[in-house]
Amino acid sequence: MTSLFEYAPALESRSIVDLRPSYGLFVDGEFTEGTGTPFTTLNPATEEVLSEVATASDADVDRAVRAARRAFVKTWGPMRPADRGKYLFRIARLLQERAREFAVLETLDNGKPIRESRDVDVPLAAAHFFYHAGWADKLEHAGLGPAPRPLGVAGQVIPWNFPLMMLAWKIAPALATGNTVVLKPAETTPLTALLFAEVCQQADLPPGVVNIVTGAGETGRAVISHPDVDKVAFTGSTEVGRSIARTVAGTHKRLTLELGGKAANIVFDDAPVDQAVEGIVRGIFFNQGHVCCAGSRLLVQESVHDEVVAALQRRIGTLRVGDPLDKNTDLGAINSAEQLARIRELTAFGETEGATCWQPEGDLPARGYWFKPTVFTGVSSAHRIARDEVFGPVLSVLTFRTPDEAVAKANNSTYGLSAGVWSEKGSRILSITSKLRAGVVWANTFNEFDPTSPFGGYKQSGYGREGGRQGLAAYLRGDA
Amino acid sequence: MSDRLTVRKTYKLYVNGAFPRSESGRTYEVTDARGHFLANAAWASRKDARDAVVAARGAFAKWSAATAYNRGQVLYRVAEVMEGRAAQFAEEVAAGEGLSSSKARAEVDAAIDRWVWYAGWTDKLAAVLGSTNPVAGPYFGFSMPEPTGVVAVLAPQRSSLLGLVSVLAPVLAGGNTAVVVSSKGRPLPAITLGEVLATSDVPGGVVNLLTGDAAEIGPWLAEHADVDAVDLAGTAGPLAMELERSAAGTVKRVLRAPAEEPDWSGDPGLSRLRPFLETKSVWHPIGL
Repeated sequence: MTSLFEYAPALESRSIVDLRPSYGLFVDGEFTEGTGTPFTTLNPATEEVLSEVATASDADVDRAVRAARRAFVKTWGPMRPADRGKYLFRIARLLQERAREFAVLETLDNGKPIRESRDVDVPLAAAHFFYHAGWADKLEHAGLGPAPRPLGVAGQVIPWNFPLMMLAWKIAPALATGNTVVLKPAETTPLTALLFAEVCQQADLPPGVVNIVTGAGETGRAVISHPDVDKVAFTGSTEVGRSIARTVAGTHKRLTLELGGKAANIVFDDAPVDQAVEGIVRGIFFNQGHVCCAGSRLLVQESVHDEVVAALQRRIGTLRVGDPLDKNTDLGAINSAEQLARIRELTAFGETEGATCWQPEGDLPARGYWFKPTVFTGVSSAHRIARDEVFGPVLSVLTFRTPDEAVAKANNSTYGLSAGVWSEKGSRILSITSKLRAGVVWANTFNEFDPTSPFGGYKQSGYGREGGRQGLAAYLRGDA
Repeated sequence: MSDRLTVRKTYKLYVNGAFPRSESGRTYEVTDARGHFLANAAWASRKDARDAVVAARGAFAKWSAATAYNRGQVLYRVAEVMEGRAAQFAEEVAAGEGLSSSKARAEVDAAIDRWVWYAGWTDKLAAVLGSTNPVAGPYFGFSMPEPTGVVAVLAPQRSSLLGLVSVLAPVLAGGNTAVVVSSKGRPLPAITLGEVLATSDVPGGVVNLLTGDAAEIGPWLAEHADVDAVDLAGTAGPLAMELERSAAGTVKRVLRAPAEEPDWSGDPGLSRLRPFLETKSVWHPIGL
């Protein structure tokens, strides 16, 4: 579709980012070499190599855990809680000061639109540190007894979809509660975590309190299986989550998991269609659908199905897919060739199983990893695209007739991370939200996040919460 | 003393509000602390465990949706009915655990009081564990605790009544339903408790009590896709580890057991409520 008015390019400059040809690990307050075989990280929008990054071997991970243990025993553990809080406030401020740099780097390494990294990822990461900073000297009010104690060394493994934000969700509560950290960022998106290590240095955070070890699955396994780690926190796929739970079984380690999802977004016939369409778009196309809580199953009341789908297709036709650094871009690049292959595989199932595929017209960039926003109609609950997490910009549309059917279909999933409901009727909103078996329910909105709002799953979407007073329990030992 | 010949009780399972024998036809001999015969208890099988899960799942929707006030009254009613049967419980506890009658009676009293304590928790949990969330935007946000679902409870092996009530009551108070495997060697108070539950106002299927061996039934429950959580209270060592590993396959919540069975008389706080509660956060825009 050629539009009447073309947009002029509005590129964010990448000159603010000073990319180094290679990066080491961040252990005990210093950047050091890794002893594993280094890997490269790409810009998924261009396939250009951004940098070479060290791989942490078992021995490197061991060094990081020892540093974290020393810091826990000698500096961070005994420190006045108010001072721990002040370090976190400093980190929050530094993230705000260097926000543009973080946003550009995140977009380069991840492929997400600069509009999102600038307006969502980085501000939320800073907010998470600011929020938890205030908890550091108020933990006796967290409802975990009069003197809750930290667990020790936390081993944390995070995914590639929100690299800096997931880092903040992990590190901020761990440090505020007096723990020290060994964190492994995802293999395809290590760069903002390493820039964060610089922030730790600028904040004069004592050495060893935060350690960043880069690498692939092997490095992650070394972190979670290290015997001197007291707490494991993981965000990622349900499959890997299961294997981590198996590894941790029978040890003293505490575990929280934030895993996959297949959220239902339920649109009733009395919903304001235009607002609902914006919410559906935000639910599934935010961050290219690389969102564990994405609204990937649209449940529309049968009587408004045609109207909603038509409005949705019209709206999707206006979405701009392309250069993530362009400030007008709505959908950026798929994060990796591997993820693109998975999206293609699952959408192929959609067609062979009998659903109808729709994509807007228009070309995709010649280089890089791209996938058009995609809508499947005529999907049944038994289809793989209605059951498996695609983790891409692919929406499955199902219908329902009654509220009970909507709830039954929404809950017909092994996942239970999030859900959405659209209706103008207040009593219906409250009834449906209470019946949905999901950890976050957005009513007449979708994909909102805040450090004060606990986030996490029901069922096989994991356990434990991140954010809010409830999230502190994951890092504290209390009497109550 | 009367020379009347007593009528003995047949100890069966308690599943879906009824008292079936094990479908396997198996029983095992239960003896008192000195090794004298007490009864033949039903020896629950894998199939019994699966029936119990079906019953617990079926009962979940109503029990979890009952008002907190109603759940509190139902749990309080359990204490009332237990009080009337205190002597029978004391006799069973004394025989099974080898306690003096006064010590056994103290255990029973503590067990009854524990129901009362948890009955009072049902309508406080949302206030204590929930929150309104001051999010940075035009949204009203709140978080509330909700029950996890069907909980498999492997009850303590030593403390056959107080331990059992201490692990079961919090599961129910939160709105979950339960499949319980009793103490293997001391199963009789569990079945008498089933008779109390059946004559209280606890809906059938909310609690299902199996007598038998946690090592045999536990693995099926830990693997079962319709069980949401496992309390490992009555297990230890390699069995506990194996069960936790099996539970990982379906991302179950697992409450581990300490190396030694604890003294159940202490104030449990929220330590047994929290593990079987989820937090749901809800957002809604604020606007005109």
